[in-house]
Amino acid sequence: MLQYAAIVLIMLGLYGILTQRNVIKIILSLNIMEIGLNLFIISVGYVTDGIAPIMTTNHNTNSLIYVDPLPQALVLTAIVIGVGTTALGLAIAKNIYSKYGTFELDEMEEE
Amino acid sequence: MELINYVEIVVGVLLIVLAFLAINSKSLIKAVMFLSSMSMMSVIGFVLMKAPDVAVTEAVIGSGLVTSLFVFTLLSVRKVGNKA
Amino acid sequence: MKNFLALILTLFLGFLIMSSLNNNIAFPKFGEANIGDRVSDAYIDRDVTENPGDVIFGETDGLESGPANIVTAIVADYRSFDTLGEVTVLFVSALGVALLLGTKKQKRLEIDFHPNFMLRVGSKALFGVILMTGIYISIHGHLTPGGGFPGGSMIATSMLLLYLADDNFRAKVKGFKILESIAGSLYVLIGIIGLIIGGSFLVNILDTGVIGELFSAGIIPIVYVLIGLKVGSEISNVIDNFLTEEGA
Repeated sequence: MLQYAAIVLIMLGLYGILTQRNVIKIILSLNIMEIGLNLFIISVGYVTDGIAPIMTTNHNTNSLIYVDPLPQALVLTAIVIGVGTTALGLAIAKNIYSKYGTFELDEMEEE
Repeated sequence: MELINYVEIVVGVLLIVLAFLAINSKSLIKAVMFLSSMSMMSVIGFVLMKAPDVAVTEAVIGSGLVTSLFVFTLLSVRKVGNKA
Repeated sequence: MKNFLALILTLFLGFLIMSSLNNNIAFPKFGEANIGDRVSDAYIDRDVTENPGDVIFGETDGLESGPANIVTAIVADYRSFDTLGEVTVLFVSALGVALLLGTKKQKRLEIDFHPNFMLRVGSKALFGVILMTGIYISIHGHLTPGGGFPGGSMIATSMLLLYLADDNFRAKVKGFKILESIAGSLYVLIGIIGLIIGGSFLVNILDTGVIGELFSAGIIPIVYVLIGLKVGSEISNVIDNFLTEEGA
């Protein structure tokens, strides 16, 4: 069941953010959490035996049972925002490295 | 219909295992590779839940662009480390 | 100790999610959602008024929103203002990356890896194919899966391939900045034209045509191509910023 896998992924991402002491690993955990959230939001609109929300010559009327298209539209924009935030976080990590010479949070405090 | 259920279970288990490996692996570049393969697994998950638009977007961005951004950061840092 | 606390916090979060999922009547179980109760029903019928009619692929014309892909109808028509805000968020994050990593004197990042002849020629051949696929996906966003967001990302991926194939390659960053601002301004301009002619921001002012044909759906293909150009140039800028460093 993909919905339960998505919830476990959200929990794993939160655990990674709380326990890891490396900047790159924290950004990576944020990405894992994002994938879990996207899977969960898509799973809210899933209908068993539903059709993908695109009309073709095979599925040509609006009276068929379609999957909910609204969560898919929301996730489509969320993925693109995700690459923006990841790039910003990695730019900050690069600046941190050029100042302290390390990615580990514990080694930064010693300087 | 039953085959799709089995595929769902396999994809879910693989997602969790790959996420666990990505968080816990010592090498940073290996963690990034696990994240990329996890993204590929989530593409299969999106296709199983009948979301082709999201699957295309995730395949291009999640496993292509984000991975390359991580790898470029690690590459530039390794070079600075050699110099010092 | 710290890890143990984090584990307890995480398990508490999981328990909270699971219990609120099980005891909630308004939240359906996986695969048992009823679309008829939701607002998406009106989006599928392409009609937000009370009595929707039948929609038949390839025959019905003059609909409220014309694309065959219902997700595109939501992204670029019903919630187009939302998408405008999203593109703005991406612009701000690209600006932040440029602020943090861009310096005045820049040179290309040196990678310990020199492409051989096969890689150079193969990348240049693949570059065209990937660029054409990106443009195709952007233009056909109202008929097939895809649209402006994956199309623009594919354009950025083709630029990334050129960076990998050539040691000294640097894209014309200034051209990308001009392209991006033109695309963003045209998006807002289309919205203002809709406000003047149709009475509300980003309203569809053109004829929606027969559903399922390439020249249909009014302004939606134009808006989606603009989104694709904007996303592609923004992500190309980000990649260029990541592949340059300070130096002569």
